Amino acid sequence: MALLPVDCTAILERFGPHLAYSEGLRLTTGVEPDRIVDTHCCFCGQQCGIRLKVKDNQVFGFEPREDFPFNQGMLCPKGVKRYLQGSHPDRLLSCYERDPRSPGGFRPLPYERAIERVASEIQRIQSAYGPDAFALLSGASLTNEKAYLIGKFAHMALKTANIDYNGRLCMVSAGAGNKKAFGVDRAANPWSDILKAEVIWISGANVAECAPITTNYIWQAREFGAKVIVIDPRITPIARTCDLFLPIKPGSDVALFNGVLHLMIENDWLDHEFINSHTAGFNDVAESVKAWTPEKTAAVTGVSERGIRQAAEWWGRAKTSFLMHARGIEHHSHGVQNVLGAINLVLASGRIGRPGCGYGTITGQANGQGAREHGQKCDQLPGYRELNNPAHRAEVAQVWGIDPRELPHAGADAYEIFRKIDRGEIRGLLSICFNPMVSLPDNNFIRRALDKVEFYAAVDFFLNETAHHADVVLPSALQEEDEGTVTQLEGRVIKINKAVDCPGDARPDWKIVQDLAHRLGCERGFSFQSPREIFEELRRASRGGIADYSGITYEKIEKQNGVFWPCPDEKHTGTPRLFEPGSWNPVAQGAGPFYFADGKARFNVATYTPSAETTDEDYPVILTTGRVVSQYLSGTQTRRIGPLVDQYPEPRVEMHPRLASRLGIADGDWTTVESRRGQLTLRAQVVTTIRPDTIFIPYHWAGSQSVNQLTISAQDPISRIPEFKVCAVRLRKTPSTGS
Amino acid sequence: MIHLEYLDRPHSVQTAPVVCMHCDSPTCAEVCPADAIKRTADGVVQAARKPRCIACNNCVLACPFGVPKMATDLELMMKCDMCYDRTSVGKKPMCATVCPSQALFYGTEDEIERLRPNSVPVNRFQFGDQTITTQVRVMAPKTPAVEYVDVTSSLNAQAIGQDIFFNILEEPFTGGK
Ligand code: SF4
Ligand code: SF4
Repeated sequence: MALLPVDCTAILERFGPHLAYSEGLRLTTGVEPDRIVDTHCCFCGQQCGIRLKVKDNQVFGFEPREDFPFNQGMLCPKGVKRYLQGSHPDRLLSCYERDPRSPGGFRPLPYERAIERVASEIQRIQSAYGPDAFALLSGASLTNEKAYLIGKFAHMALKTANIDYNGRLCMVSAGAGNKKAFGVDRAANPWSDILKAEVIWISGANVAECAPITTNYIWQAREFGAKVIVIDPRITPIARTCDLFLPIKPGSDVALFNGVLHLMIENDWLDHEFINSHTAGFNDVAESVKAWTPEKTAAVTGVSERGIRQAAEWWGRAKTSFLMHARGIEHHSHGVQNVLGAINLVLASGRIGRPGCGYGTITGQANGQGAREHGQKCDQLPGYRELNNPAHRAEVAQVWGIDPRELPHAGADAYEIFRKIDRGEIRGLLSICFNPMVSLPDNNFIRRALDKVEFYAAVDFFLNETAHHADVVLPSALQEEDEGTVTQLEGRVIKINKAVDCPGDARPDWKIVQDLAHRLGCERGFSFQSPREIFEELRRASRGGIADYSGITYEKIEKQNGVFWPCPDEKHTGTPRLFEPGSWNPVAQGAGPFYFADGKARFNVATYTPSAETTDEDYPVILTTGRVVSQYLSGTQTRRIGPLVDQYPEPRVEMHPRLASRLGIADGDWTTVESRRGQLTLRAQVVTTIRPDTIFIPYHWAGSQSVNQLTISAQDPISRIPEFKVCAVRLRKTPSTGS
Repeated sequence: MIHLEYLDRPHSVQTAPVVCMHCDSPTCAEVCPADAIKRTADGVVQAARKPRCIACNNCVLACPFGVPKMATDLELMMKCDMCYDRTSVGKKPMCATVCPSQALFYGTEDEIERLRPNSVPVNRFQFGDQTITTQVRVMAPKTPAVEYVDVTSSLNAQAIGQDIFFNILEEPFTGGK
């Protein structure tokens, strides 16, 4: 029973989003803080250092943290205003259960009663329909400790195969591509290598809005003489100041990479020595890009031949370089192929594993890196081990003190979990730190699936839009109310420090999960007293794995301002740069720097296929989605922070004047956009900074403002990432005022 | 108190933060009938003093850079005072500390020389016949050398950076559909 208990407006009225602004202590000057806590921002994967000012158990302000090497005091607006999420009027202070007669549709419930109810529903569903009939959805904003424990809880306590996390919408294409090419999935370099690069290649990354601090690295490199190449269907703020901009047709990145490799081969801009000694598979790839002449590449990508040749020449002739990409090339039904195409350019150039020679995907969520390593992903065990690998199962089972046969096998991905709910194969759901009603594509389907589930419990600190459908809601801790570690986008493990206590009945997710485990009869393995104890076990469980944290301690993190994994023993100071010549890793055992038995990186043939839904007469325009600088992901936090909302209050449809004039749409007009799956009405923003065949809508909003009503649930066959970046739509001017 | 403007959003994503330039002879203070705006010995032009500000709006109209804003609810002019509480104790102003692109920068001449090897700081601004010198600098290209910024003529210039693009209008359609 997950239909909304009451009308949505009644829920919103009671539980928000309401807007928080500075008031009281926060507006008073000269307040002496009780303490100042050095920690990190709670939002994106850059994990800027920040200093929180605390008085009377309230975070009332912040100071920049100039000592943290990554951001040196810099922050984006989300970091500057993040303190307004604390003491928020919408904060969940008790457990709730669905009750149509209560205001807002939920009535408070004592914590023990809530745990009791969730546990008994888990037991009922699992004994009636089998262990896999109860699924878990978790998140990549959780600390390593929480991610690890939630994975363990699913695999050891619930014994369900069906756990997956919202990194499925974020890091999985890059992860799969990196594993195929390098045998390991982590940004290969610290960001300081950007500063030493001659050419910086940025594909599908709106750097200035989604990874704002990276802008300074790129601009600083450019001050030192670097050439910057940006590939994007929109002139984003980073594109505005680049040296070469290729306005690519959404969905065709792999064609561009293949076309550039074609020119590198034709002009012999290759590092033969590197290719021969450190890679395998070049000949097949060379064969596969023969067909990608500049003419054909131009025809498929919509980029001029001149632009393609210029990019190939700069990239081909560079002595040092850094290639980075993000969701723009990864959110596709061929996202892994795009990533492989990008990596082929890096391998052919031989520019990796040295100062100023770098590659990396730009991680999205706070712990987008660490949360994809320690076992909350549907096919995974801690230390980047695999559930379907017998040796890996045995290693982890030993740490957990169980028989490997007790472990389930790989389960369904986050979207497939909803399809299984729809088909009646999954009957119960627990979500922690995940808001699929906003973040998953084709969310009309998600809502229908939620309506079918027999029991749904949500854990979050605010009542997110998916939790509207919950039977039971448990209040969790904000980032600043607990401690733990997070692995930021460079692979640097950093420490989140506790600033304030949880209010009311709220508590850290790891405590909630342990209480559930206990009530389900699993005491053993779930009696941690602190995040530090969980981390100690994570260290042991990751020992010998690819993502080896065994030499990392809380003290070492504090002392070194972060530790880059792998860090295999206590004396080791960490590994800022992967793949250095002569470096050792547990897979190659000294045979070479890459994580395969022979130590060589792999070229992979990167195959171009069109997007799942291409434009046609009925739906002639490409819709692509993304983010704005002042909002973060599904907006559960940032849509509650007044100044961030004021900066960009509601989504707009960005379109080129050529398209707008054909449709009679003027800037500011209400415009209805429609796909085969849904429609929404928003104001138009008419700008020349986007391709005329493409419109853009940011995705942070819910309900009638959610662009994910329109997007398609096609997924990459390897990574299972959804195709957020391309679907076909039509649009028209809305006659009267919009919704 | 600074504000951020899009220069020409229909055609560019370029934005510019409007900070007080801390003029050597501040027009805002010169036109203030209540003598509410003070310049400190170290060259920082303070925001209007609350007891003296009469909310006449003169400074808002007179400032050549469009900096002061009138907070009508508070009956008080508000403007950037270089975070005097911070800079007077050796810290950087908040905007320049947090600026994620370091478009706003606070530091010594040596530092900026090292970080921006191709540009030079300029602090002379020409408005028609009038020259204004300021404590805050803007970075101008080293070549061709620029001695001052001609504000009046640059009002008509297009948002910078547009010339480097292959035209998004035409190029996508030359090769493909
Ligand atoms: S959201 Fe990211 S860039 Fe912005 S302050 Fe937080 S960590 Fe830094
Ligand atoms: S920039 Fe404007 S507000 Fe600042 S000192 Fe000069 S005149 Fe006054």
